[in-house]
Amino acid sequence: MAKMTYIKAITSGLDQVLNDDPKTLIFGEDVGKNGGVFRTTVGLQDKYGEDRVFDTPLAESGILGLAIGLSLTGWRPIPEIQFMGFTFEAMDGIVGQLARDHYRFGGQKNFPVTVRTPFGGGTHTAEMHADNLENYFTSTPGLRVVTPANPYDAKGMIISAVESDDPVLFMENLKLYRSMKAEVPDEKYTVPLDSAKVVREGTDITIVAYSAEVNESLKAADALAKDNISAEVIDLRSLSPIDTDTIFASIDKTHKVVIVQEAQRMAGVGATVAADIAEEKIMSLDAPIGRVAAPDSVYPFAQAENDWIPNADDVEAKAREIFNY
Amino acid sequence: MANGSKQIVDFAKIKATMADPYKHPVQVIDREGTVVDPDILAKYSDDQLVDFMKKMVWERTLHEQTMNFSRQGRLGFYAPTAGEEASEMGSVTAFKEQDFLLPAYRDLPQMIQHGTTVAKGFLWSKGHVEGSQHPNPNMIFPQIIIGAQYVETAGVALGIKKNKDEDRVAFAYTGDGGTSQGDWYEGVNFASAFQAPAVFFVQNNGWAISVPRYKQTAAETLAQKAVAMGVPSVQVDGMDIVAVHEVAKAARDFAVAGNGPVVIETLTYRYGAHSSAGDDPSRYRTKEEEKPWFDADPLIRLRKVLTDKGVWSQDQEDKLVADYKDDFKQAMKEAEAAPAQKVSDFLKWTYNVPTPAVKKQIAEFEAKESK
Repeated sequence: MAKMTYIKAITSGLDQVLNDDPKTLIFGEDVGKNGGVFRTTVGLQDKYGEDRVFDTPLAESGILGLAIGLSLTGWRPIPEIQFMGFTFEAMDGIVGQLARDHYRFGGQKNFPVTVRTPFGGGTHTAEMHADNLENYFTSTPGLRVVTPANPYDAKGMIISAVESDDPVLFMENLKLYRSMKAEVPDEKYTVPLDSAKVVREGTDITIVAYSAEVNESLKAADALAKDNISAEVIDLRSLSPIDTDTIFASIDKTHKVVIVQEAQRMAGVGATVAADIAEEKIMSLDAPIGRVAAPDSVYPFAQAENDWIPNADDVEAKAREIFNY
Repeated sequence: MANGSKQIVDFAKIKATMADPYKHPVQVIDREGTVVDPDILAKYSDDQLVDFMKKMVWERTLHEQTMNFSRQGRLGFYAPTAGEEASEMGSVTAFKEQDFLLPAYRDLPQMIQHGTTVAKGFLWSKGHVEGSQHPNPNMIFPQIIIGAQYVETAGVALGIKKNKDEDRVAFAYTGDGGTSQGDWYEGVNFASAFQAPAVFFVQNNGWAISVPRYKQTAAETLAQKAVAMGVPSVQVDGMDIVAVHEVAKAARDFAVAGNGPVVIETLTYRYGAHSSAGDDPSRYRTKEEEKPWFDADPLIRLRKVLTDKGVWSQDQEDKLVADYKDDFKQAMKEAEAAPAQKVSDFLKWTYNVPTPAVKKQIAEFEAKESK
C-alpha cells in the first residue's frame, strides 16, 4: 500500500492490465514516448514495447476506427482521446459505431474498448480543453460511462473497465489528477463499474455527486455538520448506468436530496437522477429535489471558470435551503 | 516589384501535371470486347474466364431479381448494383476466405461471394439482425455511415499485422462520394502510417445519389488522392473484370508482403437509382450520359471474348439466369421464414451484461411478448 495521486493510480491500473492480458493495447496521441500529455501512460511503452503502447497519427476518428478494427481481430484496445473536447471528432466512432456494434451483430461479437479521456474544469486550460460532455454519452445505449472521484476507485475502475466486454468511456478528472493522494493497494483489485458508493454517512439529507463535485460535497457536508445537519454523500461513480438502488436507500433514510454536477444544468446527468427519484421516491421526500449545476452557458473562458463551476459553498447553500424547506 | 519573370514555383504546371501518372486506366479488354493486353489475358484459363462470366451473370440476375422483390415490397433498403459487376466480382474474387471484408451498402454481392448467403443479404435489406450474422466471420455488416468502414479497415489491418497473420489482409469498399469524407483520408493514412495490410477500393460509379463525381473534388482522379498519404494507387477500367481482378490480386500480394496499403479506383457506372427507396436518376442525369456507359457494359465485353473463344453461348447463359432466379426465390423464402425479432432480444444485445434499467425493460418486454 502506498499513497498515490489519482493519475498515478490510473497508471498503476493500466500497468496491471497490460501485464495481465497480452491482448491489451494502449494508443493515442502522445501516449508512447511522451507518456501522454499528462503522463498517465508514462513508462508503459518502455515496459511493454511499442507494439503494445503506441502513438497514432493525430486524428480522433481514426483512433476510434482503429479501436473498433482491433476489436474485430481479437485485441482489447485502450485508446486515449487527449481531451474530452476532442471526442466530438470521434463522435461517430464512439456513439454511432462502437456503442452499437455488439447490438448490430446480435451479440455475436464483443467490442471491449475502454476510451480514456480527461475532462472537467478548474485548471485554466486552453479553450475546448475543459469540458463536461458526459450527457452526450450517457444518452447512448450500449456505452458504459464511468468516472472515479478518488485514487482508490481510479485504479480499481480502470481495471474493471478494461476487463469489461462492453465499451466503456472512462472519464478522468483533470483537476483531480494531482490534487489528491490516497492509499492505493499495489496489487490488483477491481471496483465495480455500475455501483455508486456512500462516501459519507448521514441522516438528514442526501447529496448525490460525481467526480470533482464529490470533494466539494464532502466539504459542504463538513460545514453542515457544524450546524448539526448530517449529510450523506453519494459518489455516483457510474453515470451510465446510474445505481438508483443506493440513492433510493439513502433517500428512504434522509427524505431530502440535492444532486450536484459540474456540467451545465440542461439535459444533464442530474436531470436523469432527479427524474428517477421523482418517479420512484417522490412519496419518500419531504422537500423538493435540489439541484446544483453550472449555468447553461458555453464552458467559460479560463479566467472565469472558478466563478462558473459549482463549489462547496454552492452545495452547502442548496443543502441548507432544502433542509430548511 | 522585383525584376525578371522567373517564378520560384510554378503552381499552374504542378496542378496541370498532378494526374499524369493516372492518365491511362489499366485495361485488358476494351469496351468493344477487343483484347488490348493479350499477355495478361493469357494468364487466365478459359475456365477462369467462364467463371468470371458466371459471377457477373449471377450478380446481374441478383440485381434484377432484387428489384422485382423490392417492387413487390418484400425487401427494405437495397442499393442497386447493375453496371458494377466487373468492379465487384473482379475485386472480391482476388481475396481469400480469411481476408476481412468491410463493405458499404452497395456491396452485398461481394459479401455473398466472400462467404455469406443470399438469404442473409435479403435479411440485412429487410432489417433483420440475422442479416448481420455471417457463416464466414471475416466480415462486418455493410457500413451506412460513409467513411466509417475506412477507419475501421485501418484497425483490422493493424490487428492482422499485430497478430502476425501472414496471409491475411483487410479490404474495404466505398464510392466516389466516400472519398470526400474525412474518415476516408484518416483510414488510408492510418493504414499507411502503420504500414498495415489493407486494400481500399473506390468504386467510382459517377454519382453520389444525385451529385456527380466532378462536384466532389477538383482532383482529376480519385486514385491520386492516395499519393498524399504515401500510398500507391491505380485507376482501373471498372467495366473490365480481368483488369480489376488482376489489379486487386497485385494489391493483395503487395499488402500481404508487408508493403502497406493500396488504393484502387475502379471506373464504373451505376446503371440504376441510388437505392430502391424512391431515387429517380432522371431528375439529375441525362440519357445521353447513360448511353455510353451502358454500351461499355462489363457483361457484353466478356461475353464477346468468350463467344469468340467458343466457350460461351446464349443458351448456356439463359439456363444460368433461370437457375440463379430459382436460387434467389428460394433464398427469399428462407429469409421470409426467419423468426420474428423481439425487442427483448434487442435489449439483451445492447450490453454484454444488462444494466439494471435494461434488465427491467427486458422483463417488461418478455411479459408483453409472451402474451
